[in-house]
Amino acid sequence: MPKWSMVIDLDKCVACQACSVACRIENNTPVVPPEEAELGRAMRWNDVFPMPINPTEETGEYPKVKTQYMTRPCMHCENPPCIKVCPVGATFINEEGIVEQNYARCIGCRFCTVGCPYGVRYFNWYKPEWEAPLAEHLNPDRVEGNGVLEGPAERPLGVVEKCTYCIHRLHKARAQAEAEGRDFRADEYVPACVQTCTGKARFFGDLDDPNSTVTQLAMSSRSFRLLEDLGTHPKTIYLREG
Amino acid sequence: MLRVSPELKQKLIDPLFTPLDRNFKLSAGVLLALIGWGAVMYIRQVFLGLGVTGMGRPVYWSLYIVDFVFFIGISHAGTLISAILRVTGAEWRRPITRVAEAITTFALIVGSLQILIDMGRIDRLPFTFIFGRLQSPIMWDIISVTLYLLGSVTYLYLPLMPDLAIIRDNLPPGVPEWRRKLYEILSLGWRGTREQWVRLEKAIATMAVIIIPIAVSVHSIISWILATTLQPGWHSTIFGPYFVIGAIFSGIGALFIAMTVIRKLLGLEKYIAEKQYRNLGFIFITMNAVWFYFTFAENLGIATGQQTYEMPILATKLWGEFAPSFWLMVACMAVAFWILVVPQLLPKPKPAMKPIPIFSRRFATATAGAMTLFAALLVVSNFVSVPVAAISGEPIASTILWTLLIVNAILFLLSVSQWLKAHPVSATVIASVFVVVGMWLERWNIIIPTVTHPMLVRYAAYTPTLTEISIAVASFAGFTFMFLVFFKLFPAISIWELVEGQVLEEAQAKVTIAHPEISGD
Ligand code: SF4
Ligand code: SF4
Repeated sequence: MPKWSMVIDLDKCVACQACSVACRIENNTPVVPPEEAELGRAMRWNDVFPMPINPTEETGEYPKVKTQYMTRPCMHCENPPCIKVCPVGATFINEEGIVEQNYARCIGCRFCTVGCPYGVRYFNWYKPEWEAPLAEHLNPDRVEGNGVLEGPAERPLGVVEKCTYCIHRLHKARAQAEAEGRDFRADEYVPACVQTCTGKARFFGDLDDPNSTVTQLAMSSRSFRLLEDLGTHPKTIYLREG
Repeated sequence: MLRVSPELKQKLIDPLFTPLDRNFKLSAGVLLALIGWGAVMYIRQVFLGLGVTGMGRPVYWSLYIVDFVFFIGISHAGTLISAILRVTGAEWRRPITRVAEAITTFALIVGSLQILIDMGRIDRLPFTFIFGRLQSPIMWDIISVTLYLLGSVTYLYLPLMPDLAIIRDNLPPGVPEWRRKLYEILSLGWRGTREQWVRLEKAIATMAVIIIPIAVSVHSIISWILATTLQPGWHSTIFGPYFVIGAIFSGIGALFIAMTVIRKLLGLEKYIAEKQYRNLGFIFITMNAVWFYFTFAENLGIATGQQTYEMPILATKLWGEFAPSFWLMVACMAVAFWILVVPQLLPKPKPAMKPIPIFSRRFATATAGAMTLFAALLVVSNFVSVPVAAISGEPIASTILWTLLIVNAILFLLSVSQWLKAHPVSATVIASVFVVVGMWLERWNIIIPTVTHPMLVRYAAYTPTLTEISIAVASFAGFTFMFLVFFKLFPAISIWELVEGQVLEEAQAKVTIAHPEISGD
């Protein structure tokens, strides 16, 4: 059973935000007007922001400024605090380590959004809307079945959504392999952000395979995880700058 | 046919059947209008989405949750009075059990509504039964609050039954048919036979024991909803007991206010007497002290640990954007403590004594005036930039202003202490208002600073919108409205418990204890 993981090399990241754009188009995240974004209602499953995001005296005062950029999908924690608190199992971790979100089940209590220490979960404050040209180019892929509705499928009002490591791409790759009557290979599945990354800073693969790129990179002395000391064991792994 | 003394009938039963007067209609009208407005805003929210609130990322929880914690806290009044005091055999509780139980039930109804209002998908409420995961603290909450609600309704109803039968048998002439029916049906054929009494007493005693652990669990679980997350400021072991203490504390405050209003409106001074105020007041003071202790203990660990994500939250409370609400909360509690304690320490004024100047009305007016002046200067210096204000905005000047303000506040409190001593009921009610406001602020200070200061999201600010404020106002209106209707239909004091108490007292008075004989050598 593969264990999907993403490695992001911050040395190579140029903070161009192409990953965020790719994610938007791939996953049909709704667009909100600027006033709404002001209230923190912009949906960025993958976000790029300066670190530390809340400057302190040591990090934010001229001339002692140190800023680096951080790009952040869901951490797909191995010990995810978000799924533990969900009252109805609308968010859950599958056998391959992907933390999924079921739009058809979520009751909108927002406990998971409060529970996630990384702030990667987003809530549909209004019914999702897209402006005219965007609305015509929505990604038609859907992950549906067994009462589970997720991935790029259009979200209803009042539910939570988040990065799924483009799980619909995994489903599609598997289906393709099956149709061609061959075994599925781990490198057939990559999320949109990894495919797009300008600086080739993102790597994706199976952490259970000792020879995969992600496993090799995860063992690098530069590797670290966000808020590592919380014990959430993220599978989104970073390589330190410098 | 159950009988009741003419005095009790006149005080407790007759007012239920007087035609609605103007004040009643007016207040009911205003309350209904507020509730109606809140309902309209809520329906709008259901159709448009929670976007009509001031929430966003990372402020995923806000005013609704604050009110939820507050109301459920208030609901602990009933359990304390009727269950804990019953189990411990405190006789003086009798006249106030009904009011306390009513608070419990109504606060629980309003409190649980807040959670439903806060849900993004109210239509999926049944999912919590179909797919409920017992591992989630929200499920614990749903279970314990539901149990508590059922338990409190039962607990309100059981002791009401004999009273309903008393009313049924003592209806004044010309009572509308529906009310006759109401008491007839609700009294469940109560005849007051010996067997019925034995069963009732047994049922109440059992419920009393069952409901105490449920009540403790309810507010612990609410605190655990916060404490089981990893959020800075919430992930704390002290939250359970801290919330339970706060709940009982605010519950007593609400009870004091409610029972005083009822006593005043129905003229029940004889039954709800100073004894009730004094004894419950002692519990109130204890809770106040324990509350201070917990608040200090909770923040001390954060202050000394100075961890990256915890400290900024405490800092916003101590001197940042939440300092006004934090220090106002502390001031409320400190003033309440003073009002409850200091007058007790003053010696009784003897008629022969010369009046002490510090207790004079003139001194009180002077210090109050000075307080207002210094407060106004402080406000001006913070918001207006005129030359005078610039001076009072200087650090040294503002320190002096603050010191003068606090000194005058203390002097003012001292000067009114003798008046407070002479008016224990008013004093208790004033303290209760401070406590209830302070406890609401405490809920705010626990929830909002943490949600606005997350770990990996930019700090945010939160301002409630008209929708949230309307719904909050409607909730308070709904709470009051339930009282209004309830006490127009049912007696404000448990008649039979009162009579039972009197009988017990008489019996006890008859018992004479012989002096131990001192035998000479
Ligand atoms: S990063 Fe947040 S949303 Fe993603 S798995 Fe971890 S806790 Fe859940
Ligand atoms: S908002 Fe949805 S996914 Fe999140 S905890 Fe509530 S029900 Fe579960």
